[in-house]
Amino acid sequence: MIWNPDYETLPGEDLKRLQDERLGTLVDMLYRRVKFFRSKMDAAGVKLGEVRGIGDLARLPFTTKDELRSGYPFNLLAVDLREIVEIHTSSGTTGKPVVDAYTAGDLDTWAEAMARTLSAGGATRHDIVQNAYGYGLFTGGLGVHYGARRIGATVLPISGGNTKRQVELLRDFGTTILTCTPSYALYLAEALREEGLSPRDMGLRAGFFGAEPWSDTMRAEIQAKLGLAAYDIYGLTEIIGPGVAFECERQEGLHVNEDLFYPEIVDPATGRVLPDGQKGELVITTLTKQGTPILRYRTRDITYLDRSPCPCGRTTVRMHRLLGRTDDMLIVRGVNVFPSQIEEVILGIEGVEPHYQIIVDRRNQLDSLEVQVEMTEALFSDEIRDLERTEKLIESRLYGTLNIHSRVKLVEPKTIARSEGKAKRILDKRQI
Amino acid sequence: MSVKQVSIFLENSKGRLAEVTRILAREGIDLRALSLADTSDFGVLRIIVEDPDRCLAVLKDNDYVARVSEVVAVEVEDRPGGMSRILDVLDEAGLNVEYLYAFVAKAGKNAVVICKIDERERALSVLEAKGIRTISSEDLEST
Repeated sequence: MIWNPDYETLPGEDLKRLQDERLGTLVDMLYRRVKFFRSKMDAAGVKLGEVRGIGDLARLPFTTKDELRSGYPFNLLAVDLREIVEIHTSSGTTGKPVVDAYTAGDLDTWAEAMARTLSAGGATRHDIVQNAYGYGLFTGGLGVHYGARRIGATVLPISGGNTKRQVELLRDFGTTILTCTPSYALYLAEALREEGLSPRDMGLRAGFFGAEPWSDTMRAEIQAKLGLAAYDIYGLTEIIGPGVAFECERQEGLHVNEDLFYPEIVDPATGRVLPDGQKGELVITTLTKQGTPILRYRTRDITYLDRSPCPCGRTTVRMHRLLGRTDDMLIVRGVNVFPSQIEEVILGIEGVEPHYQIIVDRRNQLDSLEVQVEMTEALFSDEIRDLERTEKLIESRLYGTLNIHSRVKLVEPKTIARSEGKAKRILDKRQI
Repeated sequence: MSVKQVSIFLENSKGRLAEVTRILAREGIDLRALSLADTSDFGVLRIIVEDPDRCLAVLKDNDYVARVSEVVAVEVEDRPGGMSRILDVLDEAGLNVEYLYAFVAKAGKNAVVICKIDERERALSVLEAKGIRTISSEDLEST
């Protein structure tokens, strides 16, 4: 269901005109009211009045996470603090947190963005939404809360954790919609199974999962175990929280609320804007935010944009589900290589298990890329020729995806270090 | 008739072969025959042992990738032309030998040649028809 057809199905030309207008207003406001942005625009030689629309966006400077941190706590506010009605922050685990300060108008925008998100997955005022995202400074809990309120659904603000209680509410209240991180959804599914509850005993029909990367395999598992349709949602505190982009019933990419948040894809190394369909770093400009608006924010998330029409009727651009982070990106022989691309190839080969390691080295000024893959029962043969064929097969598939040559080396099982949580897949031995 | 061979995946690095033979020795597994084929990256160790199933279990317990497969074992007379005759027979029948290795049976003066041939059943009947004796796992025990 489309919550706001006026905006979500706006014909391309009208959408562009709206974005042009909004960008002009934004740049004007940032230049006049925020010293940080004024200095940056001055340094980039951008004069007020020169930015007339999206076509001029590439001339404007980027904003990085470090810059947002350096503005802690209130240096990036574009309005007086009296206008701010709510503040959220990023976790701050890697330094000073990023502050997102909302005016009443911003909260209204947020509720709108999340109402569109939940409606796209079929949520209506008849639903009971069990919101297991954390409430607090983290944006997940309240973002979903405002959106669910906006569409008139019943919200159970249970917040994260307390699995026993989650199970009770799911069962006793007849929850129809679950919102949480995808990994928690699987954890909850396990808890339900232990209580002897099957999807048929519950009324769940949709789930909105985000705040961490997940895969189609994980989606299939969540859908089967919880008996619901699982939708991917995307957002980040620096921009607004959840509500930046969401999947429709097709589950084929996330529609960006681009009348509110303008997306670009750039080459993470050079900052050059890339054409639609090419993978790169997602950059977002907030078109209507009042409290802490941002120009060309470098999200460090890797994806690509798809402007082909979606059968759902929305005219907004779609972004592919996240493919990785620029923090993990390698540049090998001048080519951007994302570990997620290598993983995709490796896991696509029958008999291969997800135990591999990527080793980058440099000899005689030339980069080398080696991918070690653990031998499995299914891959093994007593004939050398078969094993060499397996290596060549993986090498040629990798070449097809990366466009650079790599050397695949089969190694003995359990020789690649297993680590708790995030596996250390990359070994960059280059001394640059 | 054919015999069971155990093949093991090994990385081509220092000490890997020594480690697997040490494990087999500790378990009291006697290697009747052994062959190692390798590339610069990895090797495949092929062995003939008395109890291939137990050998496989021991290897798996120690995290090796290994498997048991059936190979053709032929007794070859220890005289000039003994080997050549066998290969001629296989060649005439259009059978391709993937790999082979030989060892001398315990008591006898004859050598035993282990051959990996894709069409194993046909190879066995071709050899039998020409009066060349193939050996079973049981024969191997008593040789």
